[in-house]
Amino acid sequence: MSNSSQLKLFSRLALAASASLVFAGTAAAADKTLTVYTYESFITEWGPGAKVAEAFEKTCECKVNYVGVADGVELLTRLKLEGEASKADIVLGLDTNLVAEAKATGFFAPHGIEAAGITVPGSFSDDTFVPYDYGHFAVVYDTETLKTPPKSLKELVEGDASQKIVIEDPRTSTPGLGLLLWVKAVYGDEAGAAWAKLKDRVLTVTPGWSEAYGLFTKGEAPMVLSYTTSPAYHMVAENTERYQAAAFSEGHYIQIEVAGMTKNAKEPELAKQFLTFMTGAEFQSIIPTTNWMMPVAATKEPLPDAFNKLVKPENTFLLPSEEVAKNRKAWIDEWLAAMSKN
Amino acid sequence: MFALRENRMTIVAGALCLGAFLLFVGLAIVALLAQTGGTDGSTLFDAYIWRVTRFTLLQATLSTLLSILFAMPVARALARRPRFFGRIWLLRLMALPLGLPVLVGALGLIEIWGRQGFLNSGLRLLGLQQPVSIYGLFGILLAHVFFNMPLAARLFLAGLERIPAEYWRSAANLGMPSHALFRFIEWPVLRGLMPGAAGLVFMLCATSFTLVLTLGGGPAASTIEVAIYQALRFDFDPPRAIALSGLQIAMTGILLLILRRLATEPQEGMTGGRTMRRFDGSTWAARLTDGAWIALALLFLGAPLVAIVVSGLEADLLKLVRDGNVHRALVTSAAIALASALASVTMAATMIRAAKTVVSPRQTGPAARGFAGAIGASTSLILLVPPVVLGAGWFLLLRPFGDVARFAPVIVVAINALMALPFVHRILAPAMATHAARSDRLTASLGIRGFHRLRWIDLPALRKPLLMALSFAMALSLGDLGAVALFGSQDMVTLPWLLYSRMGSYRTADAAGLALFLGLLCLIFTILGTADDNRRPEGRKA
Repeated sequence: MSNSSQLKLFSRLALAASASLVFAGTAAAADKTLTVYTYESFITEWGPGAKVAEAFEKTCECKVNYVGVADGVELLTRLKLEGEASKADIVLGLDTNLVAEAKATGFFAPHGIEAAGITVPGSFSDDTFVPYDYGHFAVVYDTETLKTPPKSLKELVEGDASQKIVIEDPRTSTPGLGLLLWVKAVYGDEAGAAWAKLKDRVLTVTPGWSEAYGLFTKGEAPMVLSYTTSPAYHMVAENTERYQAAAFSEGHYIQIEVAGMTKNAKEPELAKQFLTFMTGAEFQSIIPTTNWMMPVAATKEPLPDAFNKLVKPENTFLLPSEEVAKNRKAWIDEWLAAMSKN
Repeated sequence: MFALRENRMTIVAGALCLGAFLLFVGLAIVALLAQTGGTDGSTLFDAYIWRVTRFTLLQATLSTLLSILFAMPVARALARRPRFFGRIWLLRLMALPLGLPVLVGALGLIEIWGRQGFLNSGLRLLGLQQPVSIYGLFGILLAHVFFNMPLAARLFLAGLERIPAEYWRSAANLGMPSHALFRFIEWPVLRGLMPGAAGLVFMLCATSFTLVLTLGGGPAASTIEVAIYQALRFDFDPPRAIALSGLQIAMTGILLLILRRLATEPQEGMTGGRTMRRFDGSTWAARLTDGAWIALALLFLGAPLVAIVVSGLEADLLKLVRDGNVHRALVTSAAIALASALASVTMAATMIRAAKTVVSPRQTGPAARGFAGAIGASTSLILLVPPVVLGAGWFLLLRPFGDVARFAPVIVVAINALMALPFVHRILAPAMATHAARSDRLTASLGIRGFHRLRWIDLPALRKPLLMALSFAMALSLGDLGAVALFGSQDMVTLPWLLYSRMGSYRTADAAGLALFLGLLCLIFTILGTADDNRRPEGRKA
């Protein structure tokens, strides 16, 4: 068939056009290769990926090979699709809400490393997953249009409905799920009623963080659900203090990002070595200004000044991963019911 | 004898295309269903799904109605005014929204219609306190009309431009007034095209996802596509995702059937092929209405696009132009778009010819009608199979053959080609039917066959629709993110992927700049698509 051969020809062209990176990677291969699955923004040119690989390769006489997918949730989907055949040695970029589900797949092995130097608010520790950074969810607001930001979740829920917020959808995004759990942790059984009240303040619910933040920076709403670390980016990279996070008196819900090694890792020793390296000062120093998250262990130098200006929650919420996995559907249904009422 | 053999070959080629197509989709679905795990046993059709289905139907029906109602007068005005300054650029502009990632389009619309947008700022200056709110059903409809009205208008315009010149001549001789022209000449053409155009727009709106959520104002505005995405992503429940796709297909399939009942078989008039010249529309009233519709369309489409350009110009374009990642993404996107479009057009043309040959008056049996029907249905309904389902299925199928990323380009091109089929089919099928009615007997009697026929008879006559189909298919695959997303990134970074990636890490200005590049690339494709419109007819007086 002429069209199928055409298809082949042009797909080869496409392949050739895009494969240069892949080949560049394999050509320089050292004797051992550690394959790290991660989310895409980790390995963009401004992300921590390249620096991390360079630093680790100095200590291991190996080659770090990244495979990037859209985000943390996609990471788990990818693993389920690949099953036992997965080439991943390390999976880096799941968050605490996905831990129970990730363990249930049976693809992960206990890390068995000493993680004494790690301090995460809310005390998270696990025999399979090692934290490498964290951030608290926060309402980020535009100081030019909102002079009196809410000081608590209660104030957000009950405040002036004409001051809008853009939030993300818990059905499709991690920050959306974060806010759902935050409200749940604060309001418990009253969460449904709280959402019904907050509903009037919600300008719209976007499928992901990018859409929400895009609307926010276009000035469509004075508030958006994001992270306590978001202002750090604007201060460091754009030199503006316009966007700030609002400190909530009840406390903030935390997102802890973790990594784990797979059961079928081809290089288990190397994987273990990487997890240890990940909690060390070298790796941790790279994280703040590339991944825009907080380090979980000591860094080589003090953090940039902007990080000292960030909201430091006095109280941290974190629901156990098993509880989240068990109740997620029911809680989303509760959210849907409250948010869909007219 | 020869003609018979050629007919048989045409049919076999079409059958092969259809087979490959069905196999590609079927295998992916089987692979996903065979995947164990997932289903938590919850019932599929709970209250949530019904609510979502109802909303999907509501918004898609309204969006389609509005798009079609807007598109018809615009198409008529453009057909009546074959020559005015910038007409060709307006036509090119109309292919542009399709090639933009929906998020870019949505942000452009927000610059005009949003709370802080151009319109509301203007209204506030006038002292109005209650700004227009884009968030809610209004915003969804607005965005869907923005993306789909131009598509429908181009389809209608192409139909109106195929009306034989003799009709206009006779009508002018008879002194038919404008409303009679519409009733007897234009309306039958529009009505014939309506089911195809409306069906296509309906499917695009029914499967809309980012737009519906972003502009919908809350989860009350969710489509089935949201539930599919949720099932495959957060819950990893492939059987549920497939069942929901099935629901979507069944719902739309019924609607397409109803629409087809409304259609009338188009009457193909013979023509000497002289250049069309219309004699109507010279009154001041006609000029004014046409001018108003054209201006309205230009404003409605142009304003958000201008907003996108303005945001894009604020980016550090020099840095982006020098960025190696951007170069690679440009080349990758262009290559994928070209490959998908060629594959799609070849496949569509082969299948349309086969369907046409098989239902030719002498040999129409139930089997033949079924074959033609299968081609029609599958090239339409493919839009309802989420690319992410196809991608995930093929991921599973290719897993045993080593690194799946190696196959990514082939799969992505194949998926994009399939997704473009409905567009290509709607552009090519009416044009090919007209062409066949005008040339088949003559070429058969002259014994012109095979390559000669293709080279000297078919290609010259079908140049314009072929180019238009190619450019639409390219634009479509250019703006696509769905298929690429699954296969990981550093292997194959496309321009929309790069754009989303920048946007996802606070680099909004970069993203706006990339949107500008994407728009320019798309414009280049649409210039190619209208290349033939500029050619002066040879050897005839215009």
